[in-house]
Amino acid sequence: MRRRLAAHGIDRALLLLLPAVAFVAVIFLYPFLYGLVLSFKPERYVGAFGNYQQFFADPFLRDTIAITLGLAVPAALFNVIASVPIAYRMRGTFRGKRLLIGMLVMPVTLGTVLIAKGLLTLLGARGWVNRALLDLGLVEDPVRFVNNYWGVLLTLVITGFPFAFLLTLSYLGGIDPMLERAAATLGAGPRQRFWRITFPLLLPGLAITFILTFVLAFAVFPSAVLVGEPAGETRVISIVAYRAAYEQFDASMASAIAMIMGAVQLAVVVIVLGVRGRLYRGPSGGGKG
Amino acid sequence: MTVIARRPVAASPLAWLAWGFVGFFLVFMLALVAAVLVNSLGTRWLDHWLPDGYTTHWYGDAWREFGLTSVMLVTIEIAAAVLALSLLIGVPASYALARRSFPGRGLVMLAFLIPLLLPPVTYGIPLATVLLRHDLGGTLTGVILANLVPSVPFVILTMTPFIEQIDPRIEAAARTLGAGTATIFVRVLGPLLVPGMLAAGLLVLVRTVGMFELSFFTAGPGTQPLVVVLYYAAFAPGVRASQSIDAMAVIYMGLMLMLLVAALSFVNPTNLVARLRENT
Amino acid sequence: MTATPRLRELVLDGLSRSFGKQIALAALDLRIEGGEFIALLGPSGCGKSTALNCIAGLIAPTGGTIFLDGRSLDGTPSEKRGFGVVFQSYALFQHMTVRANIAFGLRMRRLPKERVAARVDQALALVQLEGLADRYPSQLSGGQQQRVAIARAIVIEPPLVLMDEPLSNLDAKLRLEMRTEIRRLHRELGLTTIYVTHDQEEAFSLADRLVVLREGVAQQIGAPDEIYYRPANPYVADFVGFRNAVAMTLERRDGYVGLARGHGLRASGRVSGVGSSGPVTLAIRPDDLVVGGSGENAFEITVDAVEFRGRSFVVEGLTDTGQRLRGTSAAAVPIGDAVTLRAPSDRVLLFTGMA
Repeated sequence: MRRRLAAHGIDRALLLLLPAVAFVAVIFLYPFLYGLVLSFKPERYVGAFGNYQQFFADPFLRDTIAITLGLAVPAALFNVIASVPIAYRMRGTFRGKRLLIGMLVMPVTLGTVLIAKGLLTLLGARGWVNRALLDLGLVEDPVRFVNNYWGVLLTLVITGFPFAFLLTLSYLGGIDPMLERAAATLGAGPRQRFWRITFPLLLPGLAITFILTFVLAFAVFPSAVLVGEPAGETRVISIVAYRAAYEQFDASMASAIAMIMGAVQLAVVVIVLGVRGRLYRGPSGGGKG
Repeated sequence: MTVIARRPVAASPLAWLAWGFVGFFLVFMLALVAAVLVNSLGTRWLDHWLPDGYTTHWYGDAWREFGLTSVMLVTIEIAAAVLALSLLIGVPASYALARRSFPGRGLVMLAFLIPLLLPPVTYGIPLATVLLRHDLGGTLTGVILANLVPSVPFVILTMTPFIEQIDPRIEAAARTLGAGTATIFVRVLGPLLVPGMLAAGLLVLVRTVGMFELSFFTAGPGTQPLVVVLYYAAFAPGVRASQSIDAMAVIYMGLMLMLLVAALSFVNPTNLVARLRENT
Repeated sequence: MTATPRLRELVLDGLSRSFGKQIALAALDLRIEGGEFIALLGPSGCGKSTALNCIAGLIAPTGGTIFLDGRSLDGTPSEKRGFGVVFQSYALFQHMTVRANIAFGLRMRRLPKERVAARVDQALALVQLEGLADRYPSQLSGGQQQRVAIARAIVIEPPLVLMDEPLSNLDAKLRLEMRTEIRRLHRELGLTTIYVTHDQEEAFSLADRLVVLREGVAQQIGAPDEIYYRPANPYVADFVGFRNAVAMTLERRDGYVGLARGHGLRASGRVSGVGSSGPVTLAIRPDDLVVGGSGENAFEITVDAVEFRGRSFVVEGLTDTGQRLRGTSAAAVPIGDAVTLRAPSDRVLLFTGMA
């Protein structure tokens, strides 16, 4: 019996897996399922689907999906698209590359609050940028850069770009440089080399980069409050979940909102993965197995 | 070594745009940091380009007012515990996943991937409720457990391809030379695992200190890490000088910078991301 | 069926390339006529791939010029040179079918679709891959991928084909088959080919002329039999199979014939190099140094190693002055026996100058 199991790769070594599996089951799966079940036991509304019906009936709540997507998708798209030309320029080795990468990754350290305060100081009504614009006579009144949609979008770009950049750089590194050389000998100029060889091979990786960046952006919470307009323009779904949990003390509704949030995010991920699956997905070497 | 021969032509407009963006991004970054830094060092700053005068007393004030000594301790405790536990739980699991292919392996890997794909809010809020019911709401244990949820899968996802790259015949060779399982782990496999664990560990540290939502939902007074205290200070209404908040933000940034520099000096970021990439 | 070559001549004039202080290729002078098959032969690091990359336009030389039919190629980038290049790792575009791979060069030249399709079909037939046009490279075997790489390079009807160790990743049998294929295509299509390899046998069987390189410096350029029988220096000699390098002193020289003495041995053979006295290095092929054979040169050894080689045996041993010699015997020789190895003078080389 033991030998038959061993033939399938099942033996004592799998015991090492047990703590991790148990952990994920107890600390993740159980609360998640608990929350799911709880969401179907509304405290304030009627029927098992009461929470969900309320969510979609009330525009204050329902609109948060569109608002959050309206922030996360453009932010993720921008980050991914912007990372491509920059990573492409940096794909070789040059002096100071590591330093440059380090500097581009630095925003990870800043933290939401610092970015928020910095943005308020820099772009606020009495901030440096507006001061400059006023002094130069380019505008008559201070421009409203923050405490709106743009402030949050800016924060998402600042925090998301380094990550997207690193990923794109890594995917680019996985493409055999010989391929571009082969294309050159066959007559392809720099533009053709990029669009016909490098870009198609990069696309599947870019899909993953988009997904990961989107996931980060979709969860936006503190910036939406500090640099946005949490009551209106930037009322993202995390905010109403928080409100339900900690201001209205409706744990059931909060769970429902959390589930909806997860479902929307997964839907986007699944769609992108589906599209990616249609693209070529094999190894990006050049032969020689 | 070789480079495609280039004609002596001026850089394309796209190149200018790309480097321009990089330059702009870096300058903007520095301006942000400068804004906060300057404010934290200023006495009063209302209507001019720069503050009226300079001082460092805000740092001392912030430290005292927010009880940063205990906050820092709490932050370090949480981070250290999450680091140790996630490595302890995650590395053996990675070993099993890397060395054995068994029916259902794909499913198990998916189970470890999902916590990283869901928004922290989705599992954070229910988790907070469950912790509350088990009398763990607001405790240090609760915060640590919550932060472990994304950390354990992260360690597993980075260490599994790392271990797969280590030739399994090394272990076989050690065995033929008479080494027992414990010896193999400690003296043969261990040293080879260290670079991977270092990389994964440092990133777990950076993520934990920086991840706001999970600690926010599960912490209580006395168990809030720095990132949560900082948020409350900025957000909660009250007569708080913006300078002391900025001072605290700078302290937070300093802490993160130290971690990031440590991480980058031990790890080549593109390598690490490459391991993640190979797994997708 | 041989087509006329599309190249008149390619001249490498002092072509050189250094990387910082390191000289990868030192002043190579070579004139190639249309229709020739040239092999660049040498161990790794000898500069052969560097030379190829310079000709292909993938690196810029740091000295010298390349002239194609009298026109300098300086400053012309790869994409404008129009040479067909076959890379060691094939560098096939994984995201394109075999057909699209082969068609790529033609599409870059903006040929009309029907022409492209016709030429691709022709190329597929030439390399015998007709049924596989719509497969992806990852679905092909190594040999098949290699043929796609070759088809891709020749379908553009280039004046020059450059091949960088294209067979080194194939197993021995396939290598031999592909060798014949490459030679056949070269002849049938009237190509001019420059072929880089470290495999001596391959180079000798394929090339009209060889360039033996060592550490960036060309050691000898010539036809296979020239290099095989009359290597220019001890390095080339050793490369093509000469052994038995014994340091001796040249006593007399008469034109090309010389007499040398050293370590208790006397040898008469062809002198290579200048000088009629001084140190020389002896070089004799083991095949030419035969037990009980005929020849003016005789060396006595005590046998300490015997190897079976099918048709004959290789015997090795030390002379009474401690020099190790390696020769051939028709029959097995017991270990410990003393035998006399003989070689005729025209098969013995004496090199003046350093080894």
